[in-house]
Amino acid sequence: MALLDIPLPVFMGQLLIGLINGAFYAVLSLGLALIFGLLNIVNFAHGALYMVGAFVAFLLLDIMGIGYWPSLLLAPVIVGLFGMVIERLLLRPLADLDHLYGLLLTFGLALLLEGAFRHFYGVSGERYAIPDSLQGVFNLGFMFLPVYRAWVIVASLIVCIATWLLIEKTRLGATMRAAVENADLVRAFGVNVPLLVTVTYGFGVALAAFAGVLAAPIYSVNPLMGSNIIIVVFAIVVIGGLGSIKGAVISGFLLGLCEGLTRVFWPEASNIVIFVVMAVVLVVRPAGLFGKAA
Amino acid sequence: MSGSNLHSSGELSHLADEESENKTPLLADLRLWAVIGIIALLAAPHFFYPVMVAKVLCFALFAAAFNLLLGFAGLLSFGHAAFFGFSAYVTGYCLQSLGLTAELGILAGTATGALLGLLIGLIAIRRQGIYFAMITLALAQMVYFVCLQAPFTGGEDGLQGVPRRSLFGIIDMTSNMSVYYLVLAIFCFGIFIVYRTVHSPFGQVLKSIRENEDRAISLGYDADRYKLMAFVLSAALSGLAGSTKVMVFQLASLTDVQWQMSGEVVLMAVLGGIGTMLGPILGATIIITLQNELAQIGSLTTIVQGAVFVACVLLFRRGIVGELSHRWNQWRGRSIEPASEAQESRSEV
Repeated sequence: MALLDIPLPVFMGQLLIGLINGAFYAVLSLGLALIFGLLNIVNFAHGALYMVGAFVAFLLLDIMGIGYWPSLLLAPVIVGLFGMVIERLLLRPLADLDHLYGLLLTFGLALLLEGAFRHFYGVSGERYAIPDSLQGVFNLGFMFLPVYRAWVIVASLIVCIATWLLIEKTRLGATMRAAVENADLVRAFGVNVPLLVTVTYGFGVALAAFAGVLAAPIYSVNPLMGSNIIIVVFAIVVIGGLGSIKGAVISGFLLGLCEGLTRVFWPEASNIVIFVVMAVVLVVRPAGLFGKAA
Repeated sequence: MSGSNLHSSGELSHLADEESENKTPLLADLRLWAVIGIIALLAAPHFFYPVMVAKVLCFALFAAAFNLLLGFAGLLSFGHAAFFGFSAYVTGYCLQSLGLTAELGILAGTATGALLGLLIGLIAIRRQGIYFAMITLALAQMVYFVCLQAPFTGGEDGLQGVPRRSLFGIIDMTSNMSVYYLVLAIFCFGIFIVYRTVHSPFGQVLKSIRENEDRAISLGYDADRYKLMAFVLSAALSGLAGSTKVMVFQLASLTDVQWQMSGEVVLMAVLGGIGTMLGPILGATIIITLQNELAQIGSLTTIVQGAVFVACVLLFRRGIVGELSHRWNQWRGRSIEPASEAQESRSEV
């Protein structure tokens, strides 16, 4: 039985695409989970900032001739700083209000960013070449694995694990987790909580931009690339349980795979399978797979 | 974590009640406004292009239906495009392929909105606040993909050239004028339903759930059931709005069911004033007019809408109508706080 008559290379190919999508989902939902943890804001602009990250990489190359590897570091830093400005100027005044206002504000921000890039670059998208050092393919015997795609998976895993270690094992992470539990108390210990909030938002946004740079050579750099992915990421975050870092990463990869598998067996349903999973999870476990019950 | 809603911040909590409670003449006397409004709307197609005014009415009804949920039940749905758009497809299909008369097509669309609202509501109602918003958004996106791929929706092309069937098989609907007056009648009916709902015992229970869900539950109200009923009603009215849109434009397309449409209706309600009767109507009028003015440059519309959104949330969270009635009350020397306190103590009784 060759897997229900589906050739192995096709099967593995779809699984690989699923894994790569899962890598993006994981990095994006990780950033969302971080921001939600400390700011209590669902960052609707996350998809737009992912798109901005890709565009910054494109512009760095186009205008200044800065290549892929420096961009992988530079673009997240630039977008992260931009995020910190957003947090100070726009999100801080909403901190004491209902969380829904943060959602609405970042939604407006997403429209602004998307509209601005569409105004200047149209919707056709820009090409971003795979760097020379990541050209070529691995021959796995049953299929060919492009080097760049393997790199995307490895890089995402590294970033996810590093972030997890940062949150769980370092003093800074401990302070952050404490600030989530009780901000006033942490402030009484002399920690600059507002600064911590700003930096966290910047870091979460930088993660989105990092995903954007990783995506640039695979998908075309397009003003609409963020709005297509963000709703899937929202569904994944609901599945994983919004507060959970671990839940964000694991469900990101798992649902990417799930989507890939569906594409093999029932291609028409691949776009909606994640939402179906979300509905089922909500019925069985309303708090999400890794979330604490409310 | 208890249910957070838009009104728990205190800043907005008085808004919805101001109208029903105060006897302030200018902005709050809805009967006066209703009469002026209806006269103006009856005359409007003789001065403006009727299709344009009808479009505003469709979206005003949609925004009012959305606001019924956000303003009076405290539930922010980010997926209302699903009801609006999917009902538009169903109505379009009924008129085009099944050859049903206008009223049957619209009824079918409304029923579809209600049914879809029941399905999505049953799942989404399990979580509150921002979770609720994200879940409705995700489920609506699922509806979008169904519309993209289902055989009866025409895929990327949508349903074009939907015929305007006669009303009850008698009244001819081919002219823009007759369609306008049909839409106006439906609009008035829809707004009346919203008004009656808000000012009914059911609406009072919804408000109490919005203000303090735990207390409402402890008083013996089945909060989830009330929220679900409000959700279904709002979805049905959104479906009604989508159906009338098909009658006007003879077109059902993916734009109606995309998540950007869900955002647009949120913007209309927020801009006009959440929890007010007139706010969503005014918000829809402004946004639709803006879109027509900026139609040549599509990207500019998005930028302006985003900027309006940010400005609303940062600068005037009450929305235009809410802000005006707030100013009006201040100008008359009425303090708002005692009013909302009185409201609260009344709701305890």
